[in-house]
Formats: sequence, structure tokens, C-alpha cells
Amino acid sequence: MVTAEQRSIAAAAAGSTTPALDVVWEALSAVPDPEIPVISIVELGIVRNVAWNDGRLQVDITPTYSGCPATEMIATLIRERLAAIGVHHVDLVQRLSPPWSTDWIAPEAKTKLNAFGIAPPHVTRSRVDVAGISPLRRAAVTIPCPRCGSTQTKLLSQFGSTACKAQYRCTACLEPFDYFKPH
Amino acid sequence: MNKDEALFEYLLRLGDTDVVLAQRLGEWIGHGPVLEEDIGLANIGLDLLGQGRLWLALAGEVEADWKGAGRSEDELAFLRDGNAFRNLQLVEMPNGDFAMTMARQFYFDHAHLLLLQALARSAEPRIAEIAAKAVKEVAYHVERSADWVIRLGDGTDESHARMQKALDTLWPYTGEIFAVDAVDDALIDAGIAADARALREPWLAAIGPVLDEATLALPAGEWMQGRGGRGGKQGVHTEHLGHLLSEMQYLQRAYPGARW
Repeated sequence: MVTAEQRSIAAAAAGSTTPALDVVWEALSAVPDPEIPVISIVELGIVRNVAWNDGRLQVDITPTYSGCPATEMIATLIRERLAAIGVHHVDLVQRLSPPWSTDWIAPEAKTKLNAFGIAPPHVTRSRVDVAGISPLRRAAVTIPCPRCGSTQTKLLSQFGSTACKAQYRCTACLEPFDYFKPH
Repeated sequence: MNKDEALFEYLLRLGDTDVVLAQRLGEWIGHGPVLEEDIGLANIGLDLLGQGRLWLALAGEVEADWKGAGRSEDELAFLRDGNAFRNLQLVEMPNGDFAMTMARQFYFDHAHLLLLQALARSAEPRIAEIAAKAVKEVAYHVERSADWVIRLGDGTDESHARMQKALDTLWPYTGEIFAVDAVDDALIDAGIAADARALREPWLAAIGPVLDEATLALPAGEWMQGRGGRGGKQGVHTEHLGHLLSEMQYLQRAYPGARW
């Protein structure tokens, strides 16, 4: 089957450089998150919007965490991917508002995270109330082990291999695992 | 004081406080008591560094509005001398032992959360959007430092004594957090800055129950550093900041304009 992206690459070779937005989305959906390569930057909710402005493609992206070191890598990967489909005039615009939330992670991406060994966020809404005092403390929740499924798990640290993940240990299979914190 | 000048100063206070504390937390990398804590401290530092970059980048934009030319976030972070930094003295205090690092974080995190919650309602949308993003990250910082204060305070005799000593030592540096000066005055009425004075009571209400649970005493001292408008927010620092900057700024000072 010839995908829209392959058609676009063919079109780019023929000189066309303004593919339809669904082609752009498809291309961006092939950009993996540098830290968690099983899911794409689109599934993670980093790409907020794409639009053509006078022959230039504007891509709105939002950082997950303010200090996420992957942000610049993601910008590079986006430019490379778009160049591959013939789009060379790209304006990357950083959007801070509304702030990124784990609510934006696509449902199928949560399944992929679990299969990859990262327990996905367990709530569908942000736990952090911007207006009030943090309700996080003492909010005991059970995070199932992504390897064996046991609920006999224990929080080791609120910060794991990256700022967006906490570190847990499964007391059934004894393996440590990452947990993608609700944000 | 004109509004752009006040806003520039205010943003430096926010940005410098984040960047300096991030640098302090980064000093723990490779030295944490266990791997999880080493990583935790580095990640909190990374959040603060990210937030500090956003504040300093905005400060540069405001400086351009004010003077016609503004500095980049890197120029502000790496090419200013100590007396041009506007961070709280609290965050430049050395790491000390783990209790000292946690006491500093505990005092700061709770105040930081309250400040960001207030700034998320700022009339200046560029401030509000950074604060609304940062507050979600800081909620996790608050949880973590409170947990450590409890664990160490309600731990062994040794950990309790060290935690109490750290809280007492750093206490005089907390007054500055809730002080205001002409910079704040120029911005509070316009709804741009948060009135720091109004944050002290909620801060005490937040840290009190944690200290109770930790079997620790709230320090009682009335004397505070930086009184009379001569604190870190006005560019008056302890001897510790210069040493921190000499390490943080080394590369850009030795090789100006160096890029990765």
C-alpha cells in the first residue's frame, strides 16, 4: 500500500513542498519521543497544531516539563522529518499555554508505554490544582507493575530516570520500574 | 521606577532564584546518598533550570522593551557578576549535609508553590503562562521535600538533630521571601506581581503540620537576613554566591560565546 507520506515524498521529489496537513500530521506521527521511543511526539501531545502560513509551515509544540532536555532534540527531529517530505520552510513555535498534561497522551500510547515497561499515568485528569495547595501528599494510589501486573508495588522516588517519571519497585516480581507521573 | 524596569528586576528575581538553586542541586550529582536521591535532586534541579530559562528569556524581552536591546537568557545567566544577581539568599546557601539541602528545599518549595499559584493569575499573560506550567512541576517538589523532612525529623536521634539544626540555621533566610520593596510596589497594584507579604501566613500554615508530623519545632527567631531592602533580591549576597558563580559561569567566562 502506498501511504500518503510516500505519495508526498514522491510529490516533494517532483517539486511540491506544501503537502496537505494530514500528510504533515502523518509525518510527525513517525517522530519518536527521544526518551521513550515507543511512542511518537504526536501521541505524547507535544505537537499542538500545524498550519500553513504563506508557504511556511508553522508547527506549534509544547514542552512536557520546563527543563525537559529532549525539547531541542525534538525540534531537530521535527525539522529532519519534515525535510524528508519536502517541507523546508518550517517555523517552530513554542507554546506554554495551556500547559502540557498527561491527559493529552493518546489512549493507545498508554498501552504502548505499559508494554515498554513504563506504567502509564493512572488518572485521566491532572492531579495538580493550580489554584489550591497541592493535593499530592498522602494520596496513596496503587500502580500495577507493568511486567507482572501485581499491585504489590512501592514508590521508591518521585523522580525516576527523567523528571516525568517516578521510580517504583514491584514486591512480587522484585523488578524496579518507571511510572509516568500524572501531570 | 518605570514599569518595564520593575518588571525586568522582578523577572530576574524569579529566574535567578531558580537558576542558582538548580546549580546547587546539580552539585549533588554523583554525590547523592543513594542513586534514587541523586537522580531526584538532579531532576528537581532540571525543572528549576527549565523554569529559570523561561523567566530569564522573558526578562531579556522586557529589557529590550525597556532599553531597546535585551540580553539573551545565556548572557543573563553566565555573564553577570554576583551583585547583579537577584536570587534569594536562601537558595545560594551551601548544600551542607542532606538535612541542610532538604531544609532549604522544604522552605523554598512551599513558598515557591504559593508564589506560582498567585502568579498563575498575573495580569501579565507571559508571567501567568510560565507560572501555570511551573506550578505543576513544583507540586511534586513540595511533596518530596516534605516527605524527607518527616522521614529525617521522625527518624533516628541523629537525623532528628541534624534536621532541626538545618531548619534553625536556614530560618533567618526565609524572611526575605516575604518582603516587598519598590520593585514589587510598582507591579502589585497592576496585578502583575504577587504580594509576597500575603504569602507568609499560608506558608506557615503549610509547613507547620509537616513539622508537627516530623516532630520538629518551627524555629522561633525573629531576626531575619536582608532586612531593610538589603537582601539577595536587591543584589546583596552572602559570600557563597561568588563561589557558586565561579563554577557555573566558568565556561562562558573562559571561552566567551562558546556553543555546544
